[in-house]
Amino acid sequence: MSIWVDKNTKLIVQGITGSHGKFHALGCRDYGTNVVGGVTPGKGGQNVEGIPVFNSVFEAREKIGANATMIFVPAKFAAEAVREAMAVGIELIVCITEGIPTLDMVKVKRELQGKPVRLIGPNCPGIISPGQCKIGIMPGSIHKPGHVGVVSRSGTLTYEAVDQLTNLGLGQSTCVGIGGDPVPGTKFIDCLRAFEADSQTHAVVMIGEIGGTDEEEAAEFVKREMKKPVVGFIAGQTAPPGKRMGHAGAIIAGGKGTAAEKIEKFRSCGVHVAMSPADIGSTLKQTLS
Amino acid sequence: MKLHEHQGKELLKKYGVSVPRGKVAFSIEEAVAAAKELSGKAVVKAQIHAGGRGKGGGVKVAKNLEEARAYTSQILGMTLITHQTGPQGKKVGRLLIEEVTDISRELYLGLTLDRSLGRLTLIASAEGGMEIEEVAKDHPEKILKETIDPVAGLLPLQTSRIARCFGLSGKLEADFGQFSQALYKAYLEIDASMLEINPLVVTTAEQLIALDAKITIDDNAMYRHPELESWRDLSEEDPAELEAKKFNLNYVSLDGTIGCMVNGAGLAMATMDIIKLHGGSPANFLDVGGSATKETVSEAFKIILRDPKVKAILVNIFGGIMKCDVVAEGIVAAARELKIHVPLVVRLKGTNVERGREILSNSGMKIIPADGLAEAASSVVRAI
Repeated sequence: MSIWVDKNTKLIVQGITGSHGKFHALGCRDYGTNVVGGVTPGKGGQNVEGIPVFNSVFEAREKIGANATMIFVPAKFAAEAVREAMAVGIELIVCITEGIPTLDMVKVKRELQGKPVRLIGPNCPGIISPGQCKIGIMPGSIHKPGHVGVVSRSGTLTYEAVDQLTNLGLGQSTCVGIGGDPVPGTKFIDCLRAFEADSQTHAVVMIGEIGGTDEEEAAEFVKREMKKPVVGFIAGQTAPPGKRMGHAGAIIAGGKGTAAEKIEKFRSCGVHVAMSPADIGSTLKQTLS
Repeated sequence: MKLHEHQGKELLKKYGVSVPRGKVAFSIEEAVAAAKELSGKAVVKAQIHAGGRGKGGGVKVAKNLEEARAYTSQILGMTLITHQTGPQGKKVGRLLIEEVTDISRELYLGLTLDRSLGRLTLIASAEGGMEIEEVAKDHPEKILKETIDPVAGLLPLQTSRIARCFGLSGKLEADFGQFSQALYKAYLEIDASMLEINPLVVTTAEQLIALDAKITIDDNAMYRHPELESWRDLSEEDPAELEAKKFNLNYVSLDGTIGCMVNGAGLAMATMDIIKLHGGSPANFLDVGGSATKETVSEAFKIILRDPKVKAILVNIFGGIMKCDVVAEGIVAAARELKIHVPLVVRLKGTNVERGREILSNSGMKIIPADGLAEAASSVVRAI
């Protein structure tokens, strides 16, 4: 097992004819993901190195039966692209696009409510179940199949953590980058719940950062409902208040969302905290021994 | 993008929000002329992007034209230090000259995103004029919140609920409803990320007036509001941060001595953290992004080196999409052009790392290589 993506995932790529879309569609296919098609309005009938392009998600779904999509369309049109995928019943939507206006996401999130659709992102690296399926922009080579679930708000910091795990011989069940925006489709709690239920996952690494209170809510969940060990790290211990640290969501605002608060909450809820980003892998190894 | 008070008020007026009569002034002459229109009885308010202006001496009430002139020359050009400006303060470059309002009560009304719910929330408190964070901390029971369903919008029953808690009834209750609806409409249409009226005043004549307006626009939505771009006050922004933006670099200047260049925001923050854990302090946050070229890497170096506090530089790149050899070429090009005079620690990982390391070692440059994250941090701290 693994969570949300595996050998049965049939992926389309919205925005496949753009340079990023094409590069990563091929990257996913090279990794072994079943990339069945792409979508770019007006370019239906073309193909990208053998991957057929359709005019709409509807057409792609009807003709090839995709159940997942990866979105690379520009920020201006990304919310609409998510809606299009949602409307035709694509079960998993992974939105890589960065810079979507927050109010667009507030609406999209409301529209997702009650629908059997999972949105991961936006502004995220994607999701990978090593050895089975990769939907996203992460380097596949650093991953290794195994039993650690990884969930993170960051991209390259996740690669760092995964690299540490792999070097210690600890493979991963699934790694999910939930993204650095204020209104993400999938939150820490959603991933923790899925990891707790997944038989392949034995332990979880949760990488948070300053801003918001999702890490605090996740910690409460760990305390209340999880039996598997969870290792946590919070980036931004040195970040000053009021400054946006790259991600739209990484900002200490109104005195809320500091790293110190989050770390304290992790500790009080039984999450094993790695204080240094260099110790994420080793902290997990200790919890398993 | 943050707006000044006078800009926020100008915007809100269009949505039917009552604000005091007033004018912005960039010089003493303009300010005095504006005060004259108000017969000398005027409030002189410093316009900076920070709260706590009153306490810092940036807001004064003049009883006559002489006083208005005196306050104007006192405040314009002063360095205003408040709890939000930091110890270095902010220079006052413009004033808002406003009519005096007869205040009966001061309330607080704000709109922002509740991130845990992913919805907008109307926040209200009867303790207007105070720092809302302080109220929230000491007296959370005094904060009222109404979460807004984006489909239904802000409901009359929600604004009535707040009005009744405030003890507003009859016409004032209705006015409060309208006032709140106007704020909500404005928030949506201008893509705000924060909108705060503190204080919202009930005048002695029983009118609701926004005595202050603090608005932040969502940077990601600025493309929908090109007309607001001219309102950007460049004097409020860090020149190095502006320069970085031109090259799609995410840069935030900090107080320390170790310059950092990293790909990815999370890893950039983590790199700052690990420097601190090893006893050093970061001079900046810098994310070169996922698709940096030789040129952007080179520009990043220039920006880091422009900071005279920088005593050493740590480059930490985890190549995924970004290739280590491209980064290495950028580093070498920058070093040739710029003469890097401080120790440079480089840690490369991931895609094409061998080629990257080769380029660096063949360059003849004095580079301290590092393999792990902890090793990189301790090397750069020791190098100072």
